[in-house]
Amino acid sequence: MDTMKLAYYPGCTLKTKAANLEEPALASLEALGFRLDEIDRWNCCGAVYSLADDDLIHQVAPVRNLIRARQQGNDRVVILCSFCLNALKRANLLMKGDAEKRDTLNRFMDEEPEYTGEVRVLHLLEVLRDDIGWETLSKKVKQPLRGLKLAPYYGCTLLRPREVAIDNVENPSVMQDFLAALGATPVEFPESTRCCGSYQVVGNPGDIPGYARDILRSAGRRGAEGLVLTCPLCDYDLGKGQQELVKKEGFPGMPLFYFTQLLALALGLDPAVCRFDLNFGDPEAFLQEKGVISAEPTPQKTGGKA
Amino acid sequence: MSAKKKTEKAAKAAPKKETEAPEVNLVPIYVMGKRYEVPEGFTLMKAMEHAGYKFIRGCGCRGGTCGACGTVYRKPGDYRLQVALACQKTVEPGMHITQIPFFPANRALFEFEKLTEAPEEVFKLYPELFRCVACNACTKACPQGIEVMDAVSALKQGNIAGAAEIAFECIQCGLCTGRCFGELMQYHMFQLARRIYGSRIAPRAEHLADMTEAIDGGRYDECLDGLIAMKENELKKLYQDREVEPVTAGEDWTPKDRTYL
Repeated sequence: MDTMKLAYYPGCTLKTKAANLEEPALASLEALGFRLDEIDRWNCCGAVYSLADDDLIHQVAPVRNLIRARQQGNDRVVILCSFCLNALKRANLLMKGDAEKRDTLNRFMDEEPEYTGEVRVLHLLEVLRDDIGWETLSKKVKQPLRGLKLAPYYGCTLLRPREVAIDNVENPSVMQDFLAALGATPVEFPESTRCCGSYQVVGNPGDIPGYARDILRSAGRRGAEGLVLTCPLCDYDLGKGQQELVKKEGFPGMPLFYFTQLLALALGLDPAVCRFDLNFGDPEAFLQEKGVISAEPTPQKTGGKA
Repeated sequence: MSAKKKTEKAAKAAPKKETEAPEVNLVPIYVMGKRYEVPEGFTLMKAMEHAGYKFIRGCGCRGGTCGACGTVYRKPGDYRLQVALACQKTVEPGMHITQIPFFPANRALFEFEKLTEAPEEVFKLYPELFRCVACNACTKACPQGIEVMDAVSALKQGNIAGAAEIAFECIQCGLCTGRCFGELMQYHMFQLARRIYGSRIAPRAEHLADMTEAIDGGRYDECLDGLIAMKENELKKLYQDREVEPVTAGEDWTPKDRTYL
């Protein structure tokens, strides 16, 4: 495959707490012949898409990122974090579809070129599905994740609202297909698209275990040995919640993985790129037990949440 | 001939006194809403002094470096507020000016010795960082032309070195803070970033430590004692005759006398 450049919007969290989402993605894409080209001068996505109809000031941040991507000559931009994806994709729809608000925003950002929603906002899973294809991806797999029973956890922002969903809202399959292409066994469970508690738990931290309990126990009952995530906020809520469940309810614990970590492992890359030091719990022990990584300790960088 | 014309003629004929000020064009400006006529070409600072203001604060280097004289102005026919340093910007007819030399923005207290290079240091001391909505008003307000919003973004991304780099020329006038929608205190955050960068991230200059050790070890004592003992004219001659590195010299240039290298 020719080297293909993909404009890339990382998002703030991937540069700090969730380097374990970004670093394996960068290494994997390179191994697949793509190059993620980080857009210059990006800013925060705004984190939460503002639902108030007349609250345009909170659309400035996501739109400005789309303008930066466009300014660098890109007609599409790839995102790994599903929260950033949601904010940018919805802001883009606003710029495309609402002439009056578009005009107001363009006039407010008088130091930037006009923007009318030209950039396509994509999640990495869409690129893997549509640009590479599952069959091709499975052929690139050097170390199939055979014997790993993994439950895809979509959460909210990859699929809701409908107009920004990367897959069928009710019956998504993109993560199952992804896991199957890597040689793993996808485990479907009804809580796969349930909310993790999102940022609502910031004000009510006591609610975290409740969300985590329903999701993790449901996946566990259906035989899942690990949960696969795309979002740093899901990781935080389910990770923190799980710690409580293990401590207080005797929950056996379930490793949480970012989809990009599994991709890197399946492509046979050095497990050090996965930055497991930033994961909750001890996913490396599980992977060693399953024979996916060798028992030798990978060099640990600083950090670690557990 | 009218009386008025006579007076004018007399005035023209009369020889100018040497003490009389040269003729200057006066332009009208408004300082805090009051009209003054000030000489054209004056800086805002000089114009205010000409109008009778005496600065005991809000004035420092008068060279555009210290950031003490942040000023907001507006030109007639333009709704936009603009910013400048009063010591740098010259007056324009009809402009309204107000100096805002100081902001009572919160500056976090910290124990410098305990600071690390972790991004969370900045987040903890300045949680307001996350109130930024990327409106870019700060950048538009910067008299130094810094991409202020980009530096704020860098801090959010945990890139302290990037923020320190982008905001290197910040003179801490505080005008960005005055325009901030999210009520951030950008200039204090950037100072923290530069301090963390300088002390924890930037590589140490090892050759400096080596040189300090050599000086402490007495390597240059004899040379310095010799200079101290010299007579003034000898010292002047030595200085005038010194070998100067040519402008075109490359990196590998060394002086002829290499006694102390």
